[in-house]
Amino acid sequence: MSAKKSETEKFMGTPLEKESFEDGSVILTEWEPKLWYSWSTGKVVGKFLSELKAGKIAAIKCDSCKRTLIPPRMFCEICFSELKDWVYVKDTGKVNTFVISKIATDRSPLKEPKIAAVIDIDGSDGGILHMLGEVNPDDVKIGMKVQAVWKSQYERRGEITDIKYFKPIGD
Amino acid sequence: MAPIKNIERKLPFRRKRVAVIGAGLTKFMSRAKETGRELAWEAAKMALDSAGMTLKDIETSTMGTAPDAFDGVHMKGEWLADGCGAFNKPYMRSYVGGGTGVFAPIQGWWHIASGMFDTCLVTCEEKMSSCKPHPQAAFNTIFDNMIERQLGPNLIWIFALEMNRYMHKHGITKEQIALVSVKNKKNAIDHPSAQLGKKITVEQVLKSPVLAWPVQLLDISPASDGAGSVILASEDVAYKYTDNPVWLDGVGWNLDTTYWTNRDLYYPEYVERAAKMAYNMAGIKDPKKEISFAEPYDPFDYKELHHMEGLQLCGKGEAAKLTEEGVTQRDGKMPICPSGGLLGVGNPISAAGLMKICELFWQLRGEAGKRQVPNASVGVAQAWGDLMQVGTVAVMRK
Repeated sequence: MSAKKSETEKFMGTPLEKESFEDGSVILTEWEPKLWYSWSTGKVVGKFLSELKAGKIAAIKCDSCKRTLIPPRMFCEICFSELKDWVYVKDTGKVNTFVISKIATDRSPLKEPKIAAVIDIDGSDGGILHMLGEVNPDDVKIGMKVQAVWKSQYERRGEITDIKYFKPIGD
Repeated sequence: MAPIKNIERKLPFRRKRVAVIGAGLTKFMSRAKETGRELAWEAAKMALDSAGMTLKDIETSTMGTAPDAFDGVHMKGEWLADGCGAFNKPYMRSYVGGGTGVFAPIQGWWHIASGMFDTCLVTCEEKMSSCKPHPQAAFNTIFDNMIERQLGPNLIWIFALEMNRYMHKHGITKEQIALVSVKNKKNAIDHPSAQLGKKITVEQVLKSPVLAWPVQLLDISPASDGAGSVILASEDVAYKYTDNPVWLDGVGWNLDTTYWTNRDLYYPEYVERAAKMAYNMAGIKDPKKEISFAEPYDPFDYKELHHMEGLQLCGKGEAAKLTEEGVTQRDGKMPICPSGGLLGVGNPISAAGLMKICELFWQLRGEAGKRQVPNASVGVAQAWGDLMQVGTVAVMRK
């Protein structure tokens, strides 16, 4: 390497030592912003969620692309046409891929692993992210048939968690 | 699903050829004493010094940095601007998640190629150590706010889901994938900026703690602090500063939909499109033969394989076999991540992508020291990010 190169390696950064936490090199500010978000669910997702409250999975069709879409959307991102044609699809599907998570949202360890999966919903051209339950982590397979396990109608609130999880149903 | 037509892109104007004439890179580390602005200045200063330039020679500045949530500072681009040499200049920050580190130089490229400017300082900075308890939590708002976040996802889930699908589709094993981590951490031993260069074994990877199966601790790159900088110049002025410019001859970028659960995650089609755009611009017809080495984005070990396929450096499902055969080693036929990649050098998000541009620059100038690959004539660097949906690609030649 040329001498010029070493000259240009003068400012490579400085690692912080443990002691630095006591000498003013680091300051800690805890900040919990008092904010909350009140999202309007839009012209389409709101209907999807209210159908979940009724115990049904609703999808929307794009006739020109021949797709039945879940999650439903107001317009097709491929042909850009407006979508209005709702259909109900089954609450069964297949595991497209899955993860056995030992960490929570903030990366803290979980006591019991959670299994999340992309589930291709029968009768649609898409999948959704959801959880798997009533299954041993070692027994989960890609391609496995699953069915939604719903909360009771009194507990459902029009949220994705109105489905508790999907469970295996055999072939 | 209806097929999506591949769009061939043509630039309607007579564009100027864009050279890279200088580079600077700080050491990547888990926690730097410097503030983000100081890190940015260090990288920018080293880049200027390497080209024998001062800030007076720079006409415009572009920069890349990841979410403001990492720093807890609003308008990070403006906050970092002075360190990027942007004072009193036309300045632009871009952010496409992990794809940012290759996108910021692309942004610099069009500033020069269009004829608007003759010199551009491109800086990428990231300081992840400020965010507690872990910067991963700052990513959670990436998931859909109405139907996904309620399930309590973690960012690593999307990698685990993609890795599992990729392994399943091609029958690839975790042992094969672990070889990437072993190779890159070993390569990084020779990089003066590396955070995690060391010799590890496949067995150590497979025995490391499981975070979200199939992802284990040693499958992942570390969170880091660091900054990198390159200087771009038009063909009209490049030789004023150096006899040895490297040419940024092709750029490409492409975005897929955020409806990520509707795609088959086994293959990154958007990376293919970005690569084809860049190859087309650089006049590369057969990347397998014409590219002499590559720096695909490797925040996780399987991603290197995934991206080699997206970059058309091998067929779908073939990357693991090439890795096993040693083809991707530094002395192999197609060296992949000779720098040590994100797995070895470290992953200060946007700076990690720019590190790959720096590596292409040093390799093509023959200045990579112990990392030097033989016969480096054309290199490709790529970064990836957002909700598994963006590919950013740069082709450079000497």
